[in-house]
Amino acid sequence: MQRRVHPTPEELGLASCHVCGLISKRLESDVGLLCPRCLSRLHRRKPYSIESCWALTIAALILYIPANLLPIMETGSLLSYRRDTIMSGIVHLWHTGAWGIAAIVFIASIVVPLFKLLALALLLVSVQRQSTWWPMQRMRLYRLVELVGRWSMLDIYVVTFLAALVQISSLATVRVGNGAIAFGAVVVLTMFAAMKFDPRLIWDPLRNENLP
Amino acid sequence: MTEKPAPAVPQAFLERRRYRSSQLIWLVPIIAAVIGLSLAVKSYYEQGPTITITFKSGEGIEAGKTKLKFKDVQVGVVQAVSIAKNNSHVVVTAKLDKEAKKLLVADTRFWVVSPRISGSNISGLSTLMGGSYIGLDVGVSKEACHEFVGLERPPAVRTDEPGRQFILRAPDLGSLSIGSPVYFRRLQVGEVIAYELNKDGRGVTFIIFIRAPYDGYVKEKTLFWQASGIELSLDADGVKVNTQSMVSVLLGGIAFLPQEDGPDIALAAANQAFTLFYSMEDALKHTDTVVETYQLLFRESVRGLSVGAPVDLRGVTIGEVSEIGLALDSARKEIMMPVEIRFYPERLQTNYRGKSGKKAALDHQKLLSGLVAKGLRAQLKTGNLLTGQLYVGLDFFPNAARATIDWQANPPQLPTEAGDLGRLQSSLIQIAQKLERMPLAELAADARKTMQNLDTTLVNADRLLHGLEESMLPEARQLVSETRNTMEELRLTLTAVHQTLAADAPLQHDLREALREMGRAAQSLRSLGEYLERHPESLFQGKKEDEK
Repeated sequence: MQRRVHPTPEELGLASCHVCGLISKRLESDVGLLCPRCLSRLHRRKPYSIESCWALTIAALILYIPANLLPIMETGSLLSYRRDTIMSGIVHLWHTGAWGIAAIVFIASIVVPLFKLLALALLLVSVQRQSTWWPMQRMRLYRLVELVGRWSMLDIYVVTFLAALVQISSLATVRVGNGAIAFGAVVVLTMFAAMKFDPRLIWDPLRNENLP
Repeated sequence: MTEKPAPAVPQAFLERRRYRSSQLIWLVPIIAAVIGLSLAVKSYYEQGPTITITFKSGEGIEAGKTKLKFKDVQVGVVQAVSIAKNNSHVVVTAKLDKEAKKLLVADTRFWVVSPRISGSNISGLSTLMGGSYIGLDVGVSKEACHEFVGLERPPAVRTDEPGRQFILRAPDLGSLSIGSPVYFRRLQVGEVIAYELNKDGRGVTFIIFIRAPYDGYVKEKTLFWQASGIELSLDADGVKVNTQSMVSVLLGGIAFLPQEDGPDIALAAANQAFTLFYSMEDALKHTDTVVETYQLLFRESVRGLSVGAPVDLRGVTIGEVSEIGLALDSARKEIMMPVEIRFYPERLQTNYRGKSGKKAALDHQKLLSGLVAKGLRAQLKTGNLLTGQLYVGLDFFPNAARATIDWQANPPQLPTEAGDLGRLQSSLIQIAQKLERMPLAELAADARKTMQNLDTTLVNADRLLHGLEESMLPEARQLVSETRNTMEELRLTLTAVHQTLAADAPLQHDLREALREMGRAAQSLRSLGEYLERHPESLFQGKKEDEK
């Protein structure tokens, strides 16, 4: 496979603004540059990208455990009282015949967050190792992570809607469990982690390799 | 095509302030770790004990759903239901809350609460909707325990309920069951919590619980009896229906009454044993402390006499029949009916009480011998002519043959006298014999002769009547036809009257019209009067046109 290597702005003595996209000439100093148009900070790569991304990913990974173990929703009705974790809710849906919904919830709430965490970890490790392995595919993976991130909030939306709507005192109540908070935190943290990741880091090793 | 000059790339600015350290981002995973760890530690410390309870069946118990409740507060959840290794019972594994640890002592009891309808009460209705749960009752033991045997039905009495238990012994179960109420003056004060057939198979032992403060009414000498159902007794007094309350009619129950009441009477100790009598009457009978047994020998039929029939002395019951037998007197070739009676001499003599021991018994024997010498005899009497119930009556027969009591015999025999019925029988036989001696054949011949005379008389009478008929007939016929004419005329008159009086008759109509006219006239007169009252001057001046 032929790897195309493109010049970076700094090689051309330029810097691009992350916010407004304006290209400006660099000064001698490499730090402390501001965009002449929007006064955002200019930097070669997002500062502390890998560290921040790691920190947020690890935090999300930690919270992923209580998110799955704690009840996400407590439904109480005249007849019964249930505390559902994500998984038990899926099992319940599956047993009651709502296979489609069960599958959607399973994908949105279990698979997607896990996929995101693993994908982020993979990207981070590969970047840290200066890997030149399949940069294009990793780039696509990153785009997918960004794209799919918000869909995990589906669960949270459902639970919060139900909790707000179903409050018929003793007849039926829905309460948000602690698991929902942890789960929401996982989703938000992974979204931030994906934001913090600088995809250009994927291409840097290629360049270093080709420029001896 | 003109080449545009390349636009100048602007110069970046230089920032004066320095970057702040971005290491703060690591606070996020640290906080997450702290939260996660605290949750883990909390859940570890909040983890309560796990216990196993064995039940005969797992009816209504569902893993993960069925709750354990103490005083209707959830203290745990069933985690698993499995069959024991030898397939004899069900093992329920339950996880309890941490606070429930102190509830788990050796004698803590568990049972499944499900809807239960047991006559006097309906319990566990809430479980119809919410599913059954496992109830528990904390024991008093200090010993911790994690394996329990579940009860098959809810315990009647909670451990922490104040009150005392007593033991009752009865010949049979009657209509009692666990949970049957115990009444004191028709107030429910406790219930039967257990019963058991005695080991020897003779009788049943009950354990009853009487709630505080009512347990204070159970004195040392207390009579307990079955206030069961409807007590229908048919005896010499006729049909008797006795009930305690509607609930006990359906359910059965136990009633009690202290035999002697007063502040100085000692309370019964907990778990003291009492006898449970069949009925209140039965119980009250046994208040007599002195019971003597006598035998009565009857020659007549004892049909209608039952065990328990009263022994009556001039209307006062002083004993009861305890046994009825049949004996063959081989010496005299006679069949005798030995009837054993229980005699309560205390009822005979008020000052009998107080004396005790052999002397009293001897006094009593002397007294009774004296009474027999004066003619005291036992006799079968008909208590109820309808049912034919018999009772034993004691009475004095001064003309009776002399008799004595043999005090050496066991039981001693009281002399008897043939009953009313027996005597009636003998007099009937006498009447029959007299009838037999009557000259029936001559009587019949006389009767026949009389009949013949009567016959001829009748023929004469017939002839006389015939003659009468012939002479009277034409006159009678004329009378009848005249009467008929009169009746016809009467009918015509009545029709005319009817027509006159009918609602649509012309007379009626005219009359009604006339009356209506008169009504109108009166009305005009009234208005005239009113007008004149208001305008008396119009009498002279005439009616004004504009005032109309």
